[in-house]
Amino acid sequence: MTPGTTAILVICLIVSVGSFFGFRASLGRRKGLEEWTVAGRSFGLLFMWLLMAGEIYTTFAFLGASGWAYSRGGPALYIMSYITLGYVISFYLLPYVWQLGRRYGLQTQSDFFEQRYGSKALALVVSITGVLFVIPYLQIQLTGLGIIVQVASFDQIPRGTAMFIAVTTVALFVLMGGMRAVAWVSVLKDSLMILAAVSIGIYVPLHYFGGFEPLFQQIARNHPAHLTMPGTTKTMGHAWFISTVLLSACGFYMWPHTFGAAFTAKSGHVLRRNAIVTPLYTISLAFIFIAGFAALLLIPGLSNGDMALLMLARKSFSPWFLGVIGGAGALTAMVPAAIILLTASTLFAKNVFRPIFRPRMPESQVVYLAKTTVLILAFAGFYLALHSSTTLVALLLIGYSGVSQFFPGVVLGLFWPRVTTAGVLAGLIGGLTTVSTLMLSHRDPVYGLNAGFIALTLNFAVTVSVSLGMEPQESRLSLDEP
Amino acid sequence: MTSEETNTALRKPSLRGVVIGLVPFFGMCFSVPLWDRTTPMILGLPFNLFWLIAWIVISSGCMALVNRVERGRERKDPGA
Repeated sequence: MTPGTTAILVICLIVSVGSFFGFRASLGRRKGLEEWTVAGRSFGLLFMWLLMAGEIYTTFAFLGASGWAYSRGGPALYIMSYITLGYVISFYLLPYVWQLGRRYGLQTQSDFFEQRYGSKALALVVSITGVLFVIPYLQIQLTGLGIIVQVASFDQIPRGTAMFIAVTTVALFVLMGGMRAVAWVSVLKDSLMILAAVSIGIYVPLHYFGGFEPLFQQIARNHPAHLTMPGTTKTMGHAWFISTVLLSACGFYMWPHTFGAAFTAKSGHVLRRNAIVTPLYTISLAFIFIAGFAALLLIPGLSNGDMALLMLARKSFSPWFLGVIGGAGALTAMVPAAIILLTASTLFAKNVFRPIFRPRMPESQVVYLAKTTVLILAFAGFYLALHSSTTLVALLLIGYSGVSQFFPGVVLGLFWPRVTTAGVLAGLIGGLTTVSTLMLSHRDPVYGLNAGFIALTLNFAVTVSVSLGMEPQESRLSLDEP
Repeated sequence: MTSEETNTALRKPSLRGVVIGLVPFFGMCFSVPLWDRTTPMILGLPFNLFWLIAWIVISSGCMALVNRVERGRERKDPGA
């Protein structure tokens, strides 16, 4: 058997075992919309943790983080910082979002906006923006899967074919399983990912350099600027770091799927504890950074930094263990891709299509439409991944710049009774216009600051000033009433 | 998870709770010019990487503290 065949077989085995557990967990449950999308609001701390770690630690963390450590250097550290601070912010938001979700039967981010602001138009803008900006996130996962299969097969399977197989598997998985199945696969995914991260991040420095310190001493000697900011870039200095961390931390739970995950919890306290415990998992990212830095010395000159981690694994381990690492990587792409597909398609069917075209559509048909949308979105993501050469981190930053524009509407909606619908709508549209203009004209970063951050600041200012310039408006949500 | 915990309503965060939550932002974000260095290497890691790992643990501790503060308030004065 060639090394490529061995590695690919191990990857297939891991993916099949994962899917099998997922399907088994979801058998025999009534498949209403509430079970399919929010698992009947039944998740305790363990499942919540699995689901949230499942959707946060994606191919982006696996391949993108090591890729940036390899190609950009110091600026990659922003990832550790924003994830931790994103959890800090979640402590103050998600439990309240959950409480309102339970009281008013909310299932999606758009439901929240509609209930709080009583505006169908605003809810519609939120849904459409959410679905649009989550597509780059989906694209990340599919691109990652393509890279994994390509490297693990020793370039025998072309990336396009690999992505096609991957997208079909993910779509089937979502259609047959639902949210509960996804959370179950996360168990396998997270154990394997920690195993992969720790084994590469510890074995590689020990084997080739004799420890962490000799590795970093050598990088400091050969590439003196690489380990600090702005690394190999010209624009990603400390101002960029601060603005990007703030933007991403605010946007962390503003994705339709991360926001929606709050509704699967059994209680608000579960979400608070999640915010305390889950950041610790971010420490495993350090090993992934170390692998990226080691790859800089061991396999210099890769045209695509996102391949660094797997090329390093291919160089250092026997094919079967490359397969284990590839399998871990494949699951870290499939689980988030599945969650994104599930959420975005529910959002489209329930909050875009139904209110516009068929207001009296029964729930059974919404499920049917959502499942059709899964296929459409999956292949849209596939098409984009096939025809784009953007790095994984750059894709994620585009998505964050968009979804973080929901932040003012959520925070002020929860805690500032004076905020008005027109204020939020004006801020949101202003923020989205700013960010699109800056990014499409390739002016990100602007004056050393993250473009999305500038848009978010503007968004806040517009929301607050428009709200203050209007008659107060009655809030349709209250945190206090029982 | 006790049933008492499930039933008590969450109250809006207190000022003290929010202030403790700001500590990680100073440690991991605003203070970046102070710690973005390679030396001294600690546990074989560049100083900035070590700093961030340490602050992940400290942040988790901060949030555990905020949780105690908020739980204390909610138990003492449920409702309101």
